[in-house]
Amino acid sequence: MMFEVINMSFALPEMFLLGMAGVILMVVAFMGQKGAGAAYWLSQVTMIGTAYIVYDSVTGMGGLTFSDSYIKDTLSDVLKLTVSIVNVAVLLYSVSYLKARELFKGEYYVLAVFSTLGMFVMISAHHFLTLYLGLELMSLCLYAMVAMHRDSGVATEAAMKYFILGALASGMLLYGMSIIYGVTGSLSLSGVSEAIQTGGLNDTVMSFGLVFLVIGVAFKLGAVPFHMWLPDVYHGAPTAVTLFIATTPKIAAFAMMIRLLVDGLADIQQYWQDMLIMLSVLSIIVGNIVAIAQTNLKRMLAYSTISHVGFILLGVLSANSEGYAASMFYAITYTIMTLAAFGMIILMSRRGFEAENIEDFKGLGKKSPWYALMMLIVMFSMAGIPPMVGFYAKLAVIKSIIDVELMSVAIVAVLMSVIGAFYYLRVIKVMIFDEPADTEVLHAPADMRVVVSANALGVLALGLFPGSLMAICATVFS
Amino acid sequence: MFVDYPLLSLVIWLPILGGFAILFNGDNAMTRPLSLIVSLLTLVLSIGLYIDFDMSTHEMQFVEHMPWVPVFDINYYLGIDGFSMPLIILTAFSTVIVVIAGWEVIQDRVAQYMAAFLVMEGLMIAVFAALDAILFYVFFEAMLIPLFLVIGIWGGPNKVYATIKFFLYTFFGSVFLLLSLLYLRHVTGSFDILEYHQVSLSMTEQTWLLLAILIAFAVKVPMWPVHTWLPDAHVEAPTGGSVILAAITLKIGGYGLLRFALPIAPDASMALDWLVISLSLIAIVYIGFVALVQSDLKKLIAYSSIAHMGFVTMGIFIVFGIFANSATGSGAVLAVEGAMVQMISHGFIAAAMFLCVGVLYDRMHTREIAHYGGVINTMPVFAGFSVFFAMANAGLPGTSGFVGEFMVILAAFQANFWYAFLAATTLILGAAYSLWMIKRVVFGEVSNDNVATLKDINRREFWMLASLAIIVLVIGIWPAPLIEVMHSSVEHLLTQVSQSKL
Repeated sequence: MMFEVINMSFALPEMFLLGMAGVILMVVAFMGQKGAGAAYWLSQVTMIGTAYIVYDSVTGMGGLTFSDSYIKDTLSDVLKLTVSIVNVAVLLYSVSYLKARELFKGEYYVLAVFSTLGMFVMISAHHFLTLYLGLELMSLCLYAMVAMHRDSGVATEAAMKYFILGALASGMLLYGMSIIYGVTGSLSLSGVSEAIQTGGLNDTVMSFGLVFLVIGVAFKLGAVPFHMWLPDVYHGAPTAVTLFIATTPKIAAFAMMIRLLVDGLADIQQYWQDMLIMLSVLSIIVGNIVAIAQTNLKRMLAYSTISHVGFILLGVLSANSEGYAASMFYAITYTIMTLAAFGMIILMSRRGFEAENIEDFKGLGKKSPWYALMMLIVMFSMAGIPPMVGFYAKLAVIKSIIDVELMSVAIVAVLMSVIGAFYYLRVIKVMIFDEPADTEVLHAPADMRVVVSANALGVLALGLFPGSLMAICATVFS
Repeated sequence: MFVDYPLLSLVIWLPILGGFAILFNGDNAMTRPLSLIVSLLTLVLSIGLYIDFDMSTHEMQFVEHMPWVPVFDINYYLGIDGFSMPLIILTAFSTVIVVIAGWEVIQDRVAQYMAAFLVMEGLMIAVFAALDAILFYVFFEAMLIPLFLVIGIWGGPNKVYATIKFFLYTFFGSVFLLLSLLYLRHVTGSFDILEYHQVSLSMTEQTWLLLAILIAFAVKVPMWPVHTWLPDAHVEAPTGGSVILAAITLKIGGYGLLRFALPIAPDASMALDWLVISLSLIAIVYIGFVALVQSDLKKLIAYSSIAHMGFVTMGIFIVFGIFANSATGSGAVLAVEGAMVQMISHGFIAAAMFLCVGVLYDRMHTREIAHYGGVINTMPVFAGFSVFFAMANAGLPGTSGFVGEFMVILAAFQANFWYAFLAATTLILGAAYSLWMIKRVVFGEVSNDNVATLKDINRREFWMLASLAIIVLVIGIWPAPLIEVMHSSVEHLLTQVSQSKL
């Protein structure tokens, strides 16, 4: 679809985000340390407002705008809605953690809102440059967030690693974009797609550029062999920041992958399919096997993320609408599960106690059976045991690759998920079968408790009734 | 009179929801009575399934069909036939026994214990009733969670090892089942299990599917050589866990072979029947010898379970040999019915055996055979029961243990003399390990002071064992009602199996 007039309404959520980000920035700038509380509440208002604006426009018209560089479609609506709702929970979880560590500053919230804006731009990008701008906006905020705890050696190290490797990946991505621009003569995704369909392009150069694009995407997702930053960043960053990095940016990265590979380069899928198979299988194997050796829960979840990324790639590499829908379902449910898992870590932690080692969950079943049950649901969900939602996510992606008859990939994936089950079971074992090491009670505030519980129960509820979310994902790609 | 109600759903969800209600009600005086009421109610409802069951047809009955995940065409599709109905009643009955067995013994986290078993009951009944492949798989896997927790929380000293081994073993098996179900979906475009029975498949496809299905259910049965999780799980599990493991979860393996392996891949099953039969014979003979040398009561019964389940898998797979040798195929009916009767009967007998061990363990806190001796002097009533159940375990005519084994051995003669010959050694081996154990534990002089102070079973334990004894006797003397129920389903299965799907 082409539109003569610039349709500003398509970018209404982004404009709202930007406006509010400016307001929060001002509040923080003028109120200083005292402004942290205000910044928190304003950013919550921003997220909820954004969610409302996106939701309000779902039924409205979609299409391209800003000279074909921006797109509003059901994919963008659903992903933006997910991002803004998940961010409400992320911000809520962060408060008690940051307060207990004297990190409760306005900057966290300013960066979170700006980073969300970056994600929105990525999700709606229909142009290499838009995509790149969104990516950089998001990533730069994340680098800064990791480094926020500046007295901490590990956090600084993590931030440095993240920044350098991230910049490298952005460079790769940009290089790939420039090569594809050189071949196709277009920066717009529809332009690229048209050029490929017209044919007569230099295949070698095209696939050369494609390699760099895929590397860029793989890095942002954290797929093996571009996963090195992930465990260190998850481990080193303050848990509230890890929580942020682990959840919504993955949705944005998923959107980036869909925009580039499906919207732009769907017609050369035979090239990227093999690359994704490699990335996916390696991620599933490395993620699941290395996770076994971890004693730090955050690191373990980092490797678990790597394996989940492998599963997300499985759906995309089957290169049909069912597969994309399966991946999208996986990405969304992954975000919800990870949110709950890190939420639990924050819930367990208190001043001077990070609750980031698996051992720290010892005897939770005796001390607080309810939250042990919540963590149990989340862990079984991540392991892919029904009736939790993680099972349907795995079911959907494995079904999509069986439908394209990649049986060996499917076998590797399910075998590795058996290995993966072991380390999730270990967390459950520590939590439920072991005796408590101390009698310390939970300190988390009431709102946090309610939301973490709702979050974990949501994982179960989505597992009992996965139909509607699956239907939404299916309509996006139908 | 029940047909108008969604009776199957009631039988499935009543214990699950009841279990959660008991869980959130917490530990208090009402926990035990409530659990008993829920489990009894479920049993009564499941007997309703028997009363309204139409024995003349192999068609699925009490069918419930509702869309569940429309995008993938996954349905909430339930129905039972002659294979599943008896197993459902067995499940409901065993849970009542488990609740009674845990009445005084479990003092720690009672509500969680009862809830785990009630939830498990609902899930297992659902496994038997599910006719949608994904629904089946969901319940099949979900069932692992409560059992994992039961062994891990209330188990013995080495419980963590045992429960993780149990979980990973069965999970490993079931992922192959998932793959084959998804492949069948790819071929048929549906998740309907009955449709899987109809679809034609090439020999290669059938072989791979059969192997995948076999791995999944062989682990559950368990067949040699993937049986090693069972002795560990049984030894560490609390009595209730052992009862459910032996009585029901193993049966899911046998049921799975009947429901998936044979009808979906008949040609491959025929080609590979030697494999399953050899594994079954190894289970019967070799594991029988292994049982003989056990010094731990529960391990002994666990190994005897594996040997008895060997009859089930053999009974299911000798039908091809019988078809090859006889035109009528009446022996094949005998074989499959024998396997089914063996499953049901083993459910009662193994449960009873584990309960007997539980009774002793609660008093002496040891399972070592060597620590006992002369129990009959202090516990005469208990001794009577345990001798009876040991006899049943050995296959004494007049008990249910005899019926299934006898039918399978009789049928095996029509397939191959040597199958029957080897299988019949169980009559010697079974008697040897069961009776030798009884001799060492029950008879003789009082061996030590602990045994001298034992108190005989109380009223609760008496009725628990008595009800099992009555059932074992009734099935042993008059198995006809049980066989009648499954007859048309068995014949239907055999027609399916005898038609090539190539």
